[in-house]
Amino acid sequence: MNTFPLLLKREYWEHRGGFVWTPFWITTAFLIITVLVIISAEVFRAQAGIHVAGFSLDDLRGSISATDIAQAGNGLDMSQLVFAGMTSVGLFFVTFFYLLGALYDDRRDRSVLFWKSLPVSDTATVASKALTAMLVMPVIALALSTVAYLAFLIVICLWAGVHGLNAFPVVFAAHPIGMFLRLAATLPIGALWALPTIGWLLFWSAYARSKPFLWAVLLPVVALIANWWIGLLGGPHMSGDVHLASILGRLLFSIIPGSWLSMSTGGDGPNVWFKPDAGHVIGSLDPSHLYAVLATSNLWIGVIASLVLLAGAIWFRRRRIETSV
Amino acid sequence: MSANISNPIIRARGLSKQYGNTKALDAVDFDIESGRIVGLIGPNGAGKTTALKAILGLTDFEGELSVLGFDPRSQRTQLMEQVCFIADVAVLPRWIRVREAIEFVAGVHPRFSPAKCQAFLAHTKITPGMKVRELSKGMIVQLHLALVMAIDAKLLVLDEPTLGLDILYRKSFYENLLSDYFDENKTIIVTTHQVEEVENILTDLMFINGGKIVVAATMEEVGERYIEVMVNPDNAAAARALKPLNERQIFGKSIFLFDGADRARLAELGELHKASVADLFVATMKGTYA
Repeated sequence: MNTFPLLLKREYWEHRGGFVWTPFWITTAFLIITVLVIISAEVFRAQAGIHVAGFSLDDLRGSISATDIAQAGNGLDMSQLVFAGMTSVGLFFVTFFYLLGALYDDRRDRSVLFWKSLPVSDTATVASKALTAMLVMPVIALALSTVAYLAFLIVICLWAGVHGLNAFPVVFAAHPIGMFLRLAATLPIGALWALPTIGWLLFWSAYARSKPFLWAVLLPVVALIANWWIGLLGGPHMSGDVHLASILGRLLFSIIPGSWLSMSTGGDGPNVWFKPDAGHVIGSLDPSHLYAVLATSNLWIGVIASLVLLAGAIWFRRRRIETSV
Repeated sequence: MSANISNPIIRARGLSKQYGNTKALDAVDFDIESGRIVGLIGPNGAGKTTALKAILGLTDFEGELSVLGFDPRSQRTQLMEQVCFIADVAVLPRWIRVREAIEFVAGVHPRFSPAKCQAFLAHTKITPGMKVRELSKGMIVQLHLALVMAIDAKLLVLDEPTLGLDILYRKSFYENLLSDYFDENKTIIVTTHQVEEVENILTDLMFINGGKIVVAATMEEVGERYIEVMVNPDNAAAARALKPLNERQIFGKSIFLFDGADRARLAELGELHKASVADLFVATMKGTYA
């Protein structure tokens, strides 16, 4: 009896295509483009000034100072961030539609009757889907982007080697392991930050008798327009559309990986957790200041709201089996 | 199916469920004893599925209902360790592979035996790497039945388990169920429209119509109470005077169905036959759709 791990495995089995193949093909496409750029650079013999993810052969040419090597290393760190960022874009879409269908698709095809014939509580079912979106999918995406980045390093080293250059000093000036650990350290924060969107989408997925997308997306838009319109007529409305918009933004877009880095902080004062520094990429991801976001009320209000939404999702999961299509 | 069984595995008192203005179940009382195979039979919309959903904790209801001592509304997870159900044909998720389905059920169900399941599947053309979407409807039902029969449950609920299958699959479905699964510690409740096929395996019969139970009896009681007489035209009027439940014509003779009539008197009118469940059903439900 290991119900919960199997519930996670179940999600993986069903959504292997979204969880694994989407990030795989995104990073693979990027690797192929990298190789194509290198080949065309060779063909046109215009190596100078060609940048591959902020990294150029010129960085390796001639008399290179220690500063140059450090800068090139930083360029590689940036590439690693770009790889993680690319899978994150795919991850957002995959997670969004995964959550919208998570408690709806099996009702539509009636396989919910099979799942419900097993001794698994609705709470465990909903929790497994929330945890999949919080951690399982981001961990897989990060692992795949890291593997792709390692392949990218090999391509760069081979390319330099073909030209009789040694790229290892630059690779050693980069921080592949440190970057990986720091990116991994953002995942727990991202998981907490994403909860309101996870709760929101799972709630409508459990509630909707048809078209969960319309409920989850149109409702906020309608609320926004209604608020603006009532305000226009001078009626009671939430003062400042920005406020409502940021609440709705939290409900819909918090699953964008890293969206918490730069999102407006509301009443929490200045953003002290994210100090972007293109010249020192790994420093921008220093956990000692990133984790300051855990001290914001924005994050914890979201967590509390998500618990209410998830409780609602469980409530509807228990009672609502039929769909109207 | 008397209402005073000492230790029923299902006990319903005043079980009611309303959808809008229609009463799907109207204050129903019944008991089901362990070791029985109960046919829950009724026309479309009679309340069969609602009754099963209530038993399985898939719907709210009013009244009292205890299944294996559990309240299906609040103790669903515990209840599902002892209860299996095949609700409708082909509800297995289409994306799952056979081996994944077995691994999953083995992981979440304490009373499931993967070896048993694989033994059942060995008699079919189903292989572990197949996805459900690649299986025919009949094979999906075979897989579902293999999964369910490998669970040592006390109660098995089947809701139209063979709908849309050809006769080979239907026959083997019930044969497997009887020979490899059923014993005195298990109870099966089955709803189906193919009454002829289950008639010989049932121990108990429950007719439901308009949210009420109209007949509830063991098959022996059914055999004692209901009798058909084939009567020549000259005796037809006499037979009609005895208030039959139903009358139909065949080859110029009339067949009358009687409930609890005097056998000696009927024998004088014509040839006696055992009433089939299907004939009884038709007679009882007369006028349902009118």
